[in-house]
Amino acid sequence: MRRRELVAAVLVSAASAAALLAQAPDRSRAPAPGPPPALKLPAIQKFELSNRVPVLFIETHKVPLVEVAVVLRSGAAADPKGKPGLANLTAVMLDRGAGSRSALELSDEIDHLGAEIGASADWDETAVAVGVPSERLGPALAIFSDVVRKPTFPAEELERVRKEMLTTFLQWRDEPEAIARVAFARAIYGDHAYGRVTEGNEAFVRSVSREDLERFHRAAFAPGNATIVAAGDVTAANLKTLLEASFGSWSGTGEKPPAVPEAQQVKGRSIWIVDVPDAAQSEIRVGRVGAARSTPDFFPMLVANTMLGGSFASRLNMNLREAHGYAYGASSGFDFRLSAGPFYAAAAVQTDKTSPALAEFFKELEGMRKPVGEDELTRARNYLALRYPRGFETTGQLATRLEAKVVYDLPDDYFTSYTDRIAKVTAADVARIAARYIDPSSAAVVVVGDRRKIEAGIRALNLGPVRVFTVDQILGGGKPRAQDPKSK
Amino acid sequence: MRRSRTALAAVGLLLATLPAFSAEPVAAASAQGGHAKLEVPYTEFTLPNGLNVILHEDHTVPAVCVDVWYYVGSAREKPGRTGFAHLFEHIMFEGSKNVKQGEFDRLLETAGGDNNGSTTEDRTDYWENVPSSSLELALFVESDRMGYLLDVMSPARVDQQRDVVKNERRESFENRPYGLASIKLSEALFPPNHPYHWPVIGSMEDLTAAGYEDVANFFKSYYGPNNASLVVAGDIDSKEARRLVEKWFSDVPRGSRVQPMAPAPAVLYEEKRMTMEDRVQLPRLYMAWITPPHLHPGDAALDVLSEILASGKNSRLYKRLVYDLQVAQDVSAVQQSQELASIFQITVTARQGHDLSEMEKLVQEEIDRIKNEPPKPREVERAVNQFEASFYQAMEKVGGFGGKADQLNAYVFAAGRPDYYNEDRARYLSLDASDVQSAAKRYLRDDGRVVLSVVPAGKTSLAARPPAPAKEK
Repeated sequence: MRRRELVAAVLVSAASAAALLAQAPDRSRAPAPGPPPALKLPAIQKFELSNRVPVLFIETHKVPLVEVAVVLRSGAAADPKGKPGLANLTAVMLDRGAGSRSALELSDEIDHLGAEIGASADWDETAVAVGVPSERLGPALAIFSDVVRKPTFPAEELERVRKEMLTTFLQWRDEPEAIARVAFARAIYGDHAYGRVTEGNEAFVRSVSREDLERFHRAAFAPGNATIVAAGDVTAANLKTLLEASFGSWSGTGEKPPAVPEAQQVKGRSIWIVDVPDAAQSEIRVGRVGAARSTPDFFPMLVANTMLGGSFASRLNMNLREAHGYAYGASSGFDFRLSAGPFYAAAAVQTDKTSPALAEFFKELEGMRKPVGEDELTRARNYLALRYPRGFETTGQLATRLEAKVVYDLPDDYFTSYTDRIAKVTAADVARIAARYIDPSSAAVVVVGDRRKIEAGIRALNLGPVRVFTVDQILGGGKPRAQDPKSK
Repeated sequence: MRRSRTALAAVGLLLATLPAFSAEPVAAASAQGGHAKLEVPYTEFTLPNGLNVILHEDHTVPAVCVDVWYYVGSAREKPGRTGFAHLFEHIMFEGSKNVKQGEFDRLLETAGGDNNGSTTEDRTDYWENVPSSSLELALFVESDRMGYLLDVMSPARVDQQRDVVKNERRESFENRPYGLASIKLSEALFPPNHPYHWPVIGSMEDLTAAGYEDVANFFKSYYGPNNASLVVAGDIDSKEARRLVEKWFSDVPRGSRVQPMAPAPAVLYEEKRMTMEDRVQLPRLYMAWITPPHLHPGDAALDVLSEILASGKNSRLYKRLVYDLQVAQDVSAVQQSQELASIFQITVTARQGHDLSEMEKLVQEEIDRIKNEPPKPREVERAVNQFEASFYQAMEKVGGFGGKADQLNAYVFAAGRPDYYNEDRARYLSLDASDVQSAAKRYLRDDGRVVLSVVPAGKTSLAARPPAPAKEK
């Protein structure tokens, strides 16, 4: 009987295959998507440790991994005056000696656990994260809490990191993208806190001391300034026990970092050319001051940007890459921070097409001020809303989502209401966003490329006053030294 | 956001650095206190036109990945047409008979989908990540270009992507510090008649020379369903997914039969030393060897050797050159596993005031040390534990580069079947210190390698010079 059924099944499937071969599917129109599936996000569990440190946790058991991150609400924006880069350097130094372990001992034990610890300072927060196979979460957290709470900042390790970072700054001279990043921040923000990069500069790295690190650590790494986020293969009860053991006794008062003042909008247009002789391409950046993460315009801004340069089919990419072939890709974005971060449009274009490419950038920025079509609007909304669930797949993604919720005080229903809020964005919203935030009459332009070949063309566009810089003028520090003072 | 379409060799590198393990829930692993069997339940079948199909269910998020591998890469290119497999990959996104130019992306984005593709020496892959309710759309666009690309192909479409690819070459190679080193290395490692001699990105002249005829011939030769494998993975019902795959792919006509490649194995019988000047501040040393192909004996041991040499602060090269002596800015070591031959590569960037002869001497001492005595068990354990963790990570994501769909296809390609996880993992778990030592002895030969110095323009004196021959006692 069983066998007979099997044979029948095979026959049916062969018959249907033959029928399909004879009768090709109707390809005259694309299959319409079904109703979008809803994101079924596991509940966000919340509890507090005995020292009142809040914990946000998403439990998932698909893969035996756990990700835990301590989020401190102090980032590069909290760098003290005259010490740009301190938050970043503190983060870098955390695992270079902590508790009773040296840098090498920490690294050996973490590697042996199959774990990974990473620390980084962004503008608004410092996050220290550990990812580990769940069966080794306990031993990993014991080391991790030392890294967060008890870094020793050994003097000889600071010297190592100092050398490493100075060398990194030296290497930025080779990288047009790095040069563009530094120049662009300064061109938009000038002396404002956002007018630099989170890594700071050479002068700071040369002068920073152990005491600076200790002071920043004392102020920022305190329970009152911290939230723990976690995701993965552990129960809430077990997680709580392990976190209580590793972070429950953490004390200290810390300091709330001062708010970053609102930046002045870019006045008119200015064009900076940074000369990199013989560059095969020009790195182009066009931008201005955008909006803070808390803006009520957040969702319309996402939709407007998706149309302009936030997806492959966006206007900038279709123009610069697909229509003209000037670049491998072009994009745009709003960098949302606690205070208003930059809006940018960017591409690396072939040197001999620099000025026509720049003209196309402005054409597209200008074009956003005209009414947008319903098809394009629908595409942008759908692209954002329907792909959103895919950002909740891995433990790392879940922890990162929770981190953003903490830093920007997002409401509890933020993730589940995201799709609806995107769906509500109208053409009128996009018009309002374009008028307010994508105004090409006030924009800073940075072009990093071969001045001899691009300057005349850029000037001929008459976009605004042009200034020419050397790489040294952008990256500072003058000529690199021929010899490192400590080497032979 | 995504700004590029093509990640050249992205998957090849991933396979080299993270072994392509994957599995469904393996919570049982810890319960057994050992290494539980890894299972990724799947269904596999072949359509009458020869298309291999694999279905895998994972309902974590309501999304599906459609992933196709074509068994053709730059290794199949003809002289004078280097870079063509990759240029062709770009053209695959420019529309087909029933998908107008530009519509490929517009349709998918309107459905909330992402897509991309990549080309290596050995294969070309394409994927779409879509909400599960749009599976059929992804199958439609993917099957349409598999069956009906040439119906709408024109010289203008070739010209347009040629310019884009040339800018990809400028962005990823020419305008990037040390960007041309990898091209120089493979040219030196493999003889001109070996298919790994030329780079996937190709030369500017060859990209200029490629034309419409090449597109038509290449498509007919290599893009038939019988030279491809399709994975549909994620939030699917396998029965329904099978019905939809049969519906959309059955009418695609079978293509030419593709013969396996069998070039004479490449062997280096000498040490080749070369110097290149570049617009860089610091000199960088590259040492490279031809090593056994992916999954062949020696491949896994060389993976572990690369970890022991250059992963983590306690690794041999990092600790000596970066941590203790502080003469180097960074070190790396990688076994880049490929179908016909792999490449083991060590890279060191010297700090200011230090030259590459000094770097080479130190690297050589560390290579000799590991050849002369096996690594400590702790060093091997560290590496193997890191590999274990990395395959758990590789199990988290279904779609995109390195996702489970991609890995299933990678195993079909390399091992002939999708469920090769346990065998693959066993290669690492069974290694001991003496295997790592033997691999170093056997494959990292001093008299069969390429030593490339990339130095700041005008500073050839910083290049690595061969050590003076040892005096006879």
